[in-house]
Amino acid sequence: MKAAPFDYVVPGSIAEAVDHLADAGGDANVLAGGQTLVPLLALRMATPTLLVDVNSIAALSEISRTATGTRIGATVRQNRVLTDPVIATHVPVLPRATAFVGHHQTRNRGTIGGSVALGEPAAEYPATIVALGATIEAQSQRGTRHIPAHDFYLGPYTTALEPDELITAIQIPDWPPGTITLVHEVTRRPGDFALVGLVALFAVDAARITRAGIAWFGMGPQPLRSAAAEAALAGASFADIDFAGLAQLALSDTDPMDDAQATAAYRRTVGARIFERLTRAALGTRRAA
Amino acid sequence: MSAHRIAVTVNGQLIDADVEARQPLSDFLRQNAGQTGVHVGCEHGVCGACTVIVDGVAVRSCLMLAVQADGGAVTTVEGLAAADGTLHPVQQAMKDEFGLQCGFCTPGVVMTLAALTADGAKPSAAVLQDAASGHLCRCTGYQGIMRAVRRLGSGALAVENGA
Repeated sequence: MKAAPFDYVVPGSIAEAVDHLADAGGDANVLAGGQTLVPLLALRMATPTLLVDVNSIAALSEISRTATGTRIGATVRQNRVLTDPVIATHVPVLPRATAFVGHHQTRNRGTIGGSVALGEPAAEYPATIVALGATIEAQSQRGTRHIPAHDFYLGPYTTALEPDELITAIQIPDWPPGTITLVHEVTRRPGDFALVGLVALFAVDAARITRAGIAWFGMGPQPLRSAAAEAALAGASFADIDFAGLAQLALSDTDPMDDAQATAAYRRTVGARIFERLTRAALGTRRAA
Repeated sequence: MSAHRIAVTVNGQLIDADVEARQPLSDFLRQNAGQTGVHVGCEHGVCGACTVIVDGVAVRSCLMLAVQADGGAVTTVEGLAAADGTLHPVQQAMKDEFGLQCGFCTPGVVMTLAALTADGAKPSAAVLQDAASGHLCRCTGYQGIMRAVRRLGSGALAVENGA
């Protein structure tokens, strides 16, 4: 339970940080909150030669409004996401998802960028930014890339991020005021990774859903967007929604696995139940309106 | 492997030491600062026994490198009671409500509750209960800890389970 030796640097700027990553040639790890990386070091599942600690780079911890949405710096701590007024106003789904992330003590250190970068298939943030249609801003000596969240996740702990790239921010587009947001997960104990998790956003007008964003976590090798259910819901009037059929449609984009925690069949059954129950509760009551 | 000279204020006393980059804060607090109330259980962030207050917030000290605390202020359970031995309100509540048995997890639980009730804050018992879920206790069945949580917070617990 003791980490293997490594070197450690604390760059003061993004430029300096990406220089370190480039020089290390893939043998460096970025240290943000460390709530997953430090255990992996202790277990010697990660043995980098260099840690690049980005906690001193002030530009990475900013939360700001842009012309089209909200930009959240990579090292914004999870407990700040939980309580920040700008995020609460413009991206209310994020604090709701954050309540499921780890524990109070780990959220005091853990960062949104760290969780996004890790790509844990059963984690809350990756699925949430996929459902939101967010973009990941990554910087290297080669320049800045903007990667759509749904193209970012390639498999378990596998992302489109190159070894010399640093995630600098998550850019989240605005959803219309009044958007309905759902976040739910099933775990054996609070704070565990999800056996089944769902994030959904429904932009609505008086009679119909104008746009939907739906993503699952714990239901496949990476967070999975339900494009079929999103398409079926866009423009659907509240009166016409077949919740049970929609749940099956949403599940058609998932690929759950058997593992030590639960079977794929259990995950599908629970996924269908929570999808139907939550969407019925959130949207069914609008039928009378 | 890099070595670093660090200076950390631990319970009001400045401790400086040469540490390897890989040394966790938990080991620094025990070995360099002599604060053995920092209990090291799982060493990978699951059990919560090593929880301390770093710059005002509760963190797991096995999940921070000592070098990351350079220039910061850490409070461990040794730093809570008054010089005359008067217990901190969290310690008193845990004692009165029998919130401990073997005592291994206790310093971590106490530090989480102390961080959230610092400066006279009285968060809801539900908030404290949620934060306490970051600690494993294998003795008490949590009932006594939850009674202490109820006393330290306001209102009811989020989950009542015969506590």
